[in-house]
Amino acid sequence: MLKVENLHATVGDKEILKGINLTVKAGEVHAIMGPNGSGKSTLASVLAGNEKFTVTEGKVEFEGENLLDLNIEERSRKGLFLGFQYPVEIPGVTMANFMKLAVNEQRKSRGLEPLTAGEYLKLMKEKSAIVELDSKLTSRAVNEGFSGGEKKKNEIFQMAMLNPKLAILDETDSGLDIDALRIVATGVTRLKTPENATVVITHYQRLLDYIVPDYVHVLYKGRIIYTGDKTLALKLEKEGYDWLINDYKEE
Amino acid sequence: MEKSTKDIIQELESKDYEYGFVTDIETDIIARGLSEEVVRLISQKKGEPEWMLERRLKAYRHWLTLEHPKWAHLDIPEIDFQDVIYYAAPKQKKQLNSMDEVDPELKRTFDKLGIPLEEQMALAGVAVDAVMDSVSVKTTFRDTLAEKGIIFCSISEAIKEHPELIKKYLGSVVPYTDNFYAALNAAVFSDGSFCYIPKGVRCPMELSTYFRINAEGTGQFERTLIVADEGSYVSYLEGCTAPRRDENQLHAAVVEIVVEKDADVKYSTVQNWYPGDKDGKGGIYNFVTKRGICREGAHLSWTQVETGSAITWKYPSCVLAGDNSSGEFYSVAMTNNFQQADTGTKMIHIGKNTRSRIVSKGISAGRSQNAYRGLVRVAKGAENARNYSQCDSLLIGDKCGAHTFPVIDSYNPTAVLEHEATTSKISEEQLFYCNQRGISTEDAVGLIVNGYAREVLAKLPMEFAVEAQKLLSLSLEGSVG
Repeated sequence: MLKVENLHATVGDKEILKGINLTVKAGEVHAIMGPNGSGKSTLASVLAGNEKFTVTEGKVEFEGENLLDLNIEERSRKGLFLGFQYPVEIPGVTMANFMKLAVNEQRKSRGLEPLTAGEYLKLMKEKSAIVELDSKLTSRAVNEGFSGGEKKKNEIFQMAMLNPKLAILDETDSGLDIDALRIVATGVTRLKTPENATVVITHYQRLLDYIVPDYVHVLYKGRIIYTGDKTLALKLEKEGYDWLINDYKEE
Repeated sequence: MEKSTKDIIQELESKDYEYGFVTDIETDIIARGLSEEVVRLISQKKGEPEWMLERRLKAYRHWLTLEHPKWAHLDIPEIDFQDVIYYAAPKQKKQLNSMDEVDPELKRTFDKLGIPLEEQMALAGVAVDAVMDSVSVKTTFRDTLAEKGIIFCSISEAIKEHPELIKKYLGSVVPYTDNFYAALNAAVFSDGSFCYIPKGVRCPMELSTYFRINAEGTGQFERTLIVADEGSYVSYLEGCTAPRRDENQLHAAVVEIVVEKDADVKYSTVQNWYPGDKDGKGGIYNFVTKRGICREGAHLSWTQVETGSAITWKYPSCVLAGDNSSGEFYSVAMTNNFQQADTGTKMIHIGKNTRSRIVSKGISAGRSQNAYRGLVRVAKGAENARNYSQCDSLLIGDKCGAHTFPVIDSYNPTAVLEHEATTSKISEEQLFYCNQRGISTEDAVGLIVNGYAREVLAKLPMEFAVEAQKLLSLSLEGSVG
């Protein structure tokens, strides 16, 4: 589904990604961990097409297409979803209206008719239940005055609405209490199918108790320096990154 | 000025030619320039009584003593008032046989605005068949109003048929001595609307100028007078979201509203005059004086969405003369390309316990300049006056400007006046967020702008609000990316 080869990216003069290699297949869950500042969020942003970053080298293939040729909205319409670490507020625009436009744009790109008001409301009701999102939130302005937990739930709600092929969740667990974490993580798990894939970026093993990864990657200084299975996350939780980083330094 | 006038005319003419319109329609135009003779001629052509001519002449003589105002934050090219045609009789609209003959660009705009087909046909001047005859609609409409004693007609008609009301109220809120353009309008006004709601009557429908727009081509110097007698209510809609082109470049309208004791008037307007092209050529100059007076316990609410005109100069105001009266002003003013707008309101608190509320949302894009100018004045005797003002500016791109000129004049220590102002930009993060959900940048900007203006749009009558929303997005086309 996703094949990243030797990806380099810069912001200004600074190179953040220094040759990322990553292959994600349908049905898989990948976790990306690593110390602060290692480039995890940058990887997510670059894959989504954020123009703040410049890709200087490398290839990214998504569903057989050159992802780097597509603009942000085209990537989204092809089925790439980014769950934001810091969801943005859009004053005065209701969540319901925002998602309606998004859903219908996606449908349009697939040659489908826009949903009728009835169909849309039904979809919204069904999907908001997945993350136990208060139905009142959809009539409020996008992320405006939402609590930290509500914002993250709202990201997963949008993921449910858009039904992406590949979801990249950037620190969706940060700032969540235990209950909210469980709800968000369970929501993500419920959206998993053999046809889609998930990449979760996280600092903590606790998220991976719910979202069980097939692979755990450690990102350090712009490179994936180690890949293991779910037990790697447990080890990192106990021992930290030092043993890996030391290994890496010796190389 | 002269050049741009020609540009507009030329553009219209070439369009006419392009689509093979016939242009041999008889028009009744008097020579360029303004003089006492011209004023007399206008009055005569309209068949006005002597007292009306006297009023016009008085205004004209006063206008001669005035100079063009310079205080606005506008770059107004020198206007040669002797190069303006002050009277052109309502031209017979070119009748088209089907929508296929309508300018495709105009049609595209209609579609984007979601204007129903019948309405599109009426606006574009397509001959309308008997089934959906607008005349019959109009007649039913008039009958319903007449039953309640409501008068809604053109001001020319009112001068002839209701002279007592016109003598009493015309010029009572905006006298000809008020300002340069008010004097000019009082001297040469072509036509406009008159509306009278009798005591205690609630007007059963929204009164829209649309119902009479085809009856007489609305003029260059429009004059509107609305009188809501004691305890009455009316919601009045002016304008239309459909693009309006006009070969007259200079427009100077006057709107007067009299809100008698305990009456309530809601005045909503959407202004979408031709703003000029992307390079700032052509476009209408719109210099408007709008003011209402509120007697005891009366309420007046102005809501405006301004997207058109090359230059807009407009300050719908409330004179809160009576005790316990209140006024509101809700405005969205959007400028793009080379447009300039200097708009706002005046709230004059004279009576005791008077309240006013101002919500102004400016949106500037392209190389446009957008200014809010407001005055809140509390007179000595206005005990316990309250005002809340909120002025927000939204900038799109980095070549436009937003300016705020709020003035507060308070002569009474019991007044409570609040003022809030914000300036914001559409952030890259907001656009990225929308794009990531599959929404194009153009749609995202439309969405964000409509969200920003929501508080004001919510004050518009439903159908109007929907059209205004689309209009905001449409007016921003090409401002990003």
